Amino acid sequence: MKYMMFVCTDTEPEADESQVPDIHAWVAENDAAGRRLQGNELASPAAATTVRVRGGELLLSDGPFAETKEVIVGFDILECADLDEAIEIARAHPMAWNGRVELRPFA
Amino acid sequence: MSAGRAVAEAGAEARPRIVAALIRITGDWTLAEDCAQEALALALERWPRDGVPANPGGWLMTVARNRAIDVLRRATVERRKLEELARLSPAPEAAAGEGVVDDRLRLIFTCCHPALPLEARVALTLRTIAGVPTGDIARAFLVTESTMTRRLTRAKTRIADAGIPYRVPAGAALTERLPGVLAVLYLLFTRGYDADGEPAFAEEAIRLARLLDRLMPGDPEIRALLALFLLQHSRRAARRDDAGELRTLDRQDRSRWDHAAIAEALALLPATGGQYALQARIAACHVRDPADWPAIAALYDELARLLPSPVVALNRAVAHGYAHGPDAGLVLLAEARAGGALDGYPYAVAAEADLTARAGRADRAVVLFEQAAAAAHSEPERRALLARAEELTAR
Repeated sequence: MKYMMFVCTDTEPEADESQVPDIHAWVAENDAAGRRLQGNELASPAAATTVRVRGGELLLSDGPFAETKEVIVGFDILECADLDEAIEIARAHPMAWNGRVELRPFA
Repeated sequence: MSAGRAVAEAGAEARPRIVAALIRITGDWTLAEDCAQEALALALERWPRDGVPANPGGWLMTVARNRAIDVLRRATVERRKLEELARLSPAPEAAAGEGVVDDRLRLIFTCCHPALPLEARVALTLRTIAGVPTGDIARAFLVTESTMTRRLTRAKTRIADAGIPYRVPAGAALTERLPGVLAVLYLLFTRGYDADGEPAFAEEAIRLARLLDRLMPGDPEIRALLALFLLQHSRRAARRDDAGELRTLDRQDRSRWDHAAIAEALALLPATGGQYALQARIAACHVRDPADWPAIAALYDELARLLPSPVVALNRAVAHGYAHGPDAGLVLLAEARAGGALDGYPYAVAAEADLTARAGRADRAVVLFEQAAAAAHSEPERRALLARAEELTAR
C-alpha cells in the first residue's frame, strides 16, 4: 500500500530533544529499503497560493486555505505492506517526536 | 441438552473461529459474519428436527464455509481464495492446532487496533467476536441501531482502507498492543457491570478474557484481568435484594455469591503485577470475611501511584476510612477532590456522607446523603442513599 505521510508541526511538542531521531539517517534507511518513494520539505505556508475557480472565474489567494497554527512542513510517500509498517516508519521520523505525522493511504 | 441450547453453546465456541478464519481467507468482514450467522440459523432449524450432530462446531464450520464458497463463486473471485476455503478444515475440534488459535487471536488484535477509535474497538469486538446483535450494542452505547450500524461499517471500511493488518503483532509491538486489547475487555466488562449495564456484556468480557488466557497462556496481566472479572461478577446475584434494592458489599448475603468463580479467581491471582493485578488483589480482599481493610488500603496506595486517577484516589480514601478511621478517610477524600475532577460525581458525595456518618456526625451525614441521592445516576442508587439518610434520622 502507498501512504502519503504529512509531516506537520505541533503547537505543544514537549519533546526531549536528546531523544529525537536524526532525519538524515531516517531518509537514508527508508530510501535504501525502498519504503520511501519520494519526499521533501515544503516552504512556509506564507509562500502558498490557493487556487479556486468559482463561476468560471479564477480566484487566487495567498496563504493556505485554512487558518491554522499547525502546518504541513513536508511530505513523504511510503510504500508499505500495511498500516503497522507505516506506523513503524513514522515513529522513527524526528517530527513524530517534536511535531505530528499524519498517515493517509492512497485511495 | 435441548437443541436450542446446543446451538447457543456450539455458537459461542465455534462462531469466533469461523468468523476469524473466513475473514483471514476472504478479507471480507461482512461476508464472514453473515455466513457464520446463516450457519447458526440453519442449525436452529435443523438440529431440533435431525438431532444435534456429533461435532457441532465442525457442522457449523462446514455450513459457513460452503455458504462462503457459494457467495464467492457467484462473485467470481480469484481461484486462490476458493481453493483455500475448500481446504478450510470443517472440524475445528480436530484441527485445534496453531492455525485455528491464531485466527481468533488475530481477530481480537485487529478489532482492538489502536488506529481505531476506542468505542469502535469495543463495538467491533462485541459484534465480530462475540456475535452480539447490533441493536444490543447500540443500546449499551445509548445510540440508535442505524447509528451503530454506520459506526460498525465505518470501522470495517477503515480497517480495509487504512491498511490495518489482520494479524497478531510480533515482538515489541505485541507487548505494546496487549494493554489496548485488555483495556477493551475491561471497558466491555464495565458496560455490563454497572447497575444499569447489560450483564451479558460482562459475561462476554469473561469469555473473551478466558479465550485470551488460553491463547497466550501464562501472561500475568491477562490472568489478573480474568481474576478481577470473576471476582466482581461473582457478586452479581447479591447486589440487589429480593425487592430489587441495591445492597452495598457489607450488607450482601454472601451465600448468593458465586463461590466457584471466587475459587477460580483466587487460584489465578498473581502475587505481583500491574494495574489489573492490583485491582484483582483488592477485589480478593473484599471477598474475605471480614474484609482486610488495612491490606486494601495499602493496595490502593500502590494503585494510586500506578494509576493516579481521581476515582482511584476516591476509592483509596474510602479504604483508608475503613482501615484507619473515618477521619483519615475524610482527609484523603478532601485531597482527592482538591483538583475539582470529582465535582458533581455522586459517589464522592456518597463517600463523604458515609465517612461522616461513621465519624459520628449524623446531622451533617444526613444532609450529605440527601445531596448524593439528588445527584445519583439511577433510581435504585437514589433510594439506597435516601434509606441511609432515614436510618440516621430515625436513630
